[in-house]
Amino acid sequence: MDDTEARQRAYWRSTLRVTGVLLSVWAAVSFLPGWFADELNRFVFFGWPFGFYMAGQGALIVFLLIVWIYDRWMVRLERRYGLDDEG
Amino acid sequence: MRRSTPVLFRRLGRYYLLYAAGFVGLVLLLAVAERFGLAPRWIGQIFLFSTIAIYALIGVMSRTSDVSEYYVAGRRVPALFNGMATAADWMSAASFIGLAGTLYYSGFEGLAFVTGWTGGYVLVALLLAPFLRKFGEFTIPDFLGARYEGHFARMVGVFAGVLASFVYVVAQIYGVGLITSRFIGIEFEIGVFVGLAGILVCSFLGGMRAVTWTQVAQYLILIIAYLVPVVILSYEVTGVPVPQAVYGKVLHDLGVKEVELFTEPRENEVRALYRLRADDLARKISELPESLVAERQTQTLRVNELRTQGAPAREVAAAERALRDLPRTPDDARIKWERARQDSLQRSIPPPPHAEAHPGPDQASRDNARLNFIALSFVLMVGTAGLPHILMRYYTTPSVRDARRSVFWTLFFIFLLYVTAPAYAVFAKWEVYSTLVGSHIASLPSWVVSWGKVGLVKIEDINADGILQLAELSLNSDAILLLTPEIAGLPYVVAGLVAAGGLAAALSTADGLLLTISHALSHDLYYRMINPEASTQRRLVITKSQLLVVAVVAAWVASLRPDSILFMVGLAFSIAASAFFPALVLGIFWKRANKWGAVSGMIAGLGITLFYIVLTHPFFGGGLENAWFGIHPISCGVFGVPTGFLVIVVISLLTPPPGAAVLALVDNVRLPDAGR
Repeated sequence: MDDTEARQRAYWRSTLRVTGVLLSVWAAVSFLPGWFADELNRFVFFGWPFGFYMAGQGALIVFLLIVWIYDRWMVRLERRYGLDDEG
Repeated sequence: MRRSTPVLFRRLGRYYLLYAAGFVGLVLLLAVAERFGLAPRWIGQIFLFSTIAIYALIGVMSRTSDVSEYYVAGRRVPALFNGMATAADWMSAASFIGLAGTLYYSGFEGLAFVTGWTGGYVLVALLLAPFLRKFGEFTIPDFLGARYEGHFARMVGVFAGVLASFVYVVAQIYGVGLITSRFIGIEFEIGVFVGLAGILVCSFLGGMRAVTWTQVAQYLILIIAYLVPVVILSYEVTGVPVPQAVYGKVLHDLGVKEVELFTEPRENEVRALYRLRADDLARKISELPESLVAERQTQTLRVNELRTQGAPAREVAAAERALRDLPRTPDDARIKWERARQDSLQRSIPPPPHAEAHPGPDQASRDNARLNFIALSFVLMVGTAGLPHILMRYYTTPSVRDARRSVFWTLFFIFLLYVTAPAYAVFAKWEVYSTLVGSHIASLPSWVVSWGKVGLVKIEDINADGILQLAELSLNSDAILLLTPEIAGLPYVVAGLVAAGGLAAALSTADGLLLTISHALSHDLYYRMINPEASTQRRLVITKSQLLVVAVVAAWVASLRPDSILFMVGLAFSIAASAFFPALVLGIFWKRANKWGAVSGMIAGLGITLFYIVLTHPFFGGGLENAWFGIHPISCGVFGVPTGFLVIVVISLLTPPPGAAVLALVDNVRLPDAGR
């Protein structure tokens, strides 16, 4: 019983770490390109001004990746702490 | 339950594949029929009625009177299909119809909607969806009631949820009215109620179960309808049918074209004429009421003059109409002329280049634009993670893991549309700038007349040179998307397809919202608080009757034509963001958050948001001069969200911690499926 509780606590700590890392990526991608759009627009990326590209497409791709990585990572965590279906 | 999922998944996959193929077949059939002379009016009607009939059929087929089926579709919707349904639930008339137009006019600034409406799903995935699924009840107020011990928090949740969803649903029904009235040619007010019937056949009989399966069908139609015109356009302009990948080059060409157009002598002449008109109007406004009398005299004189000279009947009629439309009182004149002055003033300056970030005449206004851009994307993201009709969809998946995966699929399916919208705007602008502008006004295609009649397209040859200049053209922002196929000269069947897509977007969102409202009223208010002994039979009867009442009231409000779609939607986001997000997130991630903190935080956040709107939006008699840091009313949630967090933390720490049952609940939702 104690062991289960310790595992669950460790699982939650890891979850918080994953969430923290991914949330900071999210915040950076969401707000930095918008704030520095003028500066980024001076670079050209496959025809797009880079600031425009980030807000219109680049950020979206990163969001998609974040949610995908989160899903995979959490499945791994569940397995590591024995909290998946078999556990 | 998990066993049956793969079988269900395969069967569903087969059904929807067949259905999508059938729909594509219908489109091709109509395209051929158009070649053989089928009238456009018929094409529009066939599209609208056949799609509504499909939704109704699915609705009737999935009718149910089982509580779990009615509220959460039996909790066995596979992640992929729940993702599709949530995407349809999510993408409303504002996204489908409004976004491309907004991007057309605001260029870079409009991208706040694109990032905002997608980035919110990261918050949903990381902070809410898996935990709410583990909690596993029926509604969002259910969670608030359990986590914050009692009816008080639940009631605030019901109030805020109903408010946000109601504002949102009015905007959807308004969009339905717009589409049906344009494409079937009926009155706007009747169109609203026709659309309502389409909404009700799904949600009324089958609740969440019927709505889920209809929404999947609606998603397929709306995404096909959104992609087809812009793929064709992309192929015609660049030779590559992947608009998302190649519009960067078109954007570059557009930049060159913009410089060319903005420096063209005739454009400048037109702009100067508009500036003169604006100055003239300003003079007239300052000389009221004498100027109105003088204006009436000149116009009367002109009518008489034309009559005695025997001018053509058309000119006489126009002069008479101008005289008749003259404002009656000086107050009317002030309002009307001020609006005309603003319009002329706007036309007198060239629009900012499409790709320019945060444009403005001076550094202060550029900084303000930047601040508002960030604020708007923040509110849209947090609002996404607070809208009850989205969050409650994650109750319908079989497991926590499916809930997480389902957010990924949702984001993937909406990504397809949002990544296309900026391309749509760029291609539409390219068509207008390169082919429409500079053509002879006398030989303009017929759509100008048909859309002009509904007042969505206006053309005024102010310098009388017989050629269309950019400043002489005005396209309604909500009409851009529906218009683009016709501007580009595509067959009418594409325009009909786009209209069907817009209808699917508005109907699917309205369905989800109505369901949320009626669940909040019947489940949270009636069953949980008023009559916990109610039989399931009675609960469903109550739900269905609430649904009917709410739908009719919403349609009635929509038929009064309140403010623009975009403002109403923005308001709903700010309400949801400030009322729900702090209480939900702290409820999961901070055990110390208690009842008193949550209740006061929700009320404070919501209060600040509503107060700021009343303070700054002209609809409530406010004005931007009262704004804090120059933040526009659409982003009012930017003040409500931090207030909510702060108040919850402070009040929670000042009052006793929550009980053991709550701590156990929090521990439980934090663990995955197998945990406890």
